[in-house]
Amino acid sequence: MDDIKEVVLEYVKAEYAEDEDEVTYDTPLISGGLVDSFSMVSLKRFLETKYKISIPDDKATPEAFDSVNKIVQLVKEFQK
Amino acid sequence: MSYSDRARGLYLNQLNGLKESGIFKQERFIHSNQSAEIEVEYPPGSSVKKVINICSNNYLGLSSHPEVVKAAHAGLDYRGFGMSSVRFICGTQDIHHELEARVTEFLGTEDTILFPSCMDANAGVFEAILTSDDVMISDRLVHASIIDGMRLCSAEHDTFKHSNMEHLEEKLEQYANKRLRMVITDGVFSMDGDTARLDEMARLCEKHDALLFVDDSHATGFIGKTGRGTHEKYGVMGQVDVITTTFGKALGGASGGCVSGRRELVEMCRQRARPYLFSNTISPVIVSGTLRAFELLTQTTERRDKLEKNTIYWRKGLSEAGLIIKEGDTPIVPVMLFNAKLSQDFSRDLYDLGIYAIGFFFPVVPQGQARIRTQVSAAHEIHHLNQALEAFTAIGKKYNILGKTKQEIIEMYGM
Ligand SMILES: Cc1ncc(COP(=O)(O)O)c(C=O)c1O
Repeated sequence: MDDIKEVVLEYVKAEYAEDEDEVTYDTPLISGGLVDSFSMVSLKRFLETKYKISIPDDKATPEAFDSVNKIVQLVKEFQK
Repeated sequence: MSYSDRARGLYLNQLNGLKESGIFKQERFIHSNQSAEIEVEYPPGSSVKKVINICSNNYLGLSSHPEVVKAAHAGLDYRGFGMSSVRFICGTQDIHHELEARVTEFLGTEDTILFPSCMDANAGVFEAILTSDDVMISDRLVHASIIDGMRLCSAEHDTFKHSNMEHLEEKLEQYANKRLRMVITDGVFSMDGDTARLDEMARLCEKHDALLFVDDSHATGFIGKTGRGTHEKYGVMGQVDVITTTFGKALGGASGGCVSGRRELVEMCRQRARPYLFSNTISPVIVSGTLRAFELLTQTTERRDKLEKNTIYWRKGLSEAGLIIKEGDTPIVPVMLFNAKLSQDFSRDLYDLGIYAIGFFFPVVPQGQARIRTQVSAAHEIHHLNQALEAFTAIGKKYNILGKTKQEIIEMYGM
């Protein structure tokens, strides 16, 4: 399961972070300004494709996407 | 009447929240024309103070130019005050058509359609020309009005890292199966003053058969050798499919905007863009003034040349004083302070010394990147800039940030 964590962190780094940004599992992504809510869609799409899940829009909130750890929780919830 | 105490309370709470988090906006009343020196009442009720304005979009100093004002007067006499109609019913005059032709010629495009504002142009254009079979791929730092326009459009959307061409190309490849792909960027980015690499972007769009969209609101009239815009600077005139721009900044600064570009795309806007269909266009007064602004710019490049000289002088002066600025060559020059409170204190102290410039901080700019955004104008004379440099230096000294690195400033004041 830690696997998901690694994958999501790698994706977030590659997709959103600039070289000087430090990103950990708990870095606030949206409230911290690293990911804007408009750019969040590519993350949602990535998770849905990669884990073959469907996250309804009302669950894909900025709060639920606010850190790698939270995102992993969300993914696990929909994998069941 | 159902504006109950409960409803009022809800709004008061929200407004208080804004005040507590320091993002409550307040207007400053200006008791003069827009120009290099203005008379400001701030805070409301205080006596009027004469200050040097270094934060307007009056890049070419045309906002109160006598020729523009005269033309506006003439327009008022000649074609009246208003149209009382949207364009396609009975709201189009000969001069609206003339302005569209003038913009087309100036930007080197195929056709142009006017909008009440560039905000409206951006709000209407995507929905008019793209469908759910298409994708919009935008730079992460595009203007809010573009984001709103994309939200109104059924095409899929995605973003690429600011000015990162590798990332853009990845996205172009990722969406190769779409009917149309449109790459969307600002020409000059309004918060950082950097320019989009339109030569690279035009090449990528050509290679991947994608359309290119540029909002040149902070460029039309002064970027490029003859002021045509960012596409002139990068040598890609004729290769940008859609340009949106505003008349509310360099071009006299009143209001109004347009979509200019490929003939069919402009025609689609005439058929389908909602802010064009359902809202009056710009008034005859403004059309006449804006036409005159274009004439002035076509006769001579004197104003943009002066702006360029002023910009170089200002950037050099700030750097030599030991302040950190965002590198670039546009008249938008952010002085980086990183800490939000410091940016507000700095702005207030500037005002005390007669210099009007505003601090920007999160969420307008990313966290930890608070700044004073300065904007140079052709209306500035060297003595204005010198006076402003003196003030920036004095206040920089007061806060002990001259010659300091980003790291050192953050250590002193925090992010
Ligand atoms: C890049 C950009 N596009 C569009 C606009 C909106 O222009 P207008 O005032 O014509 O609606 C602005 C103005 O702030 C802008 O900076």
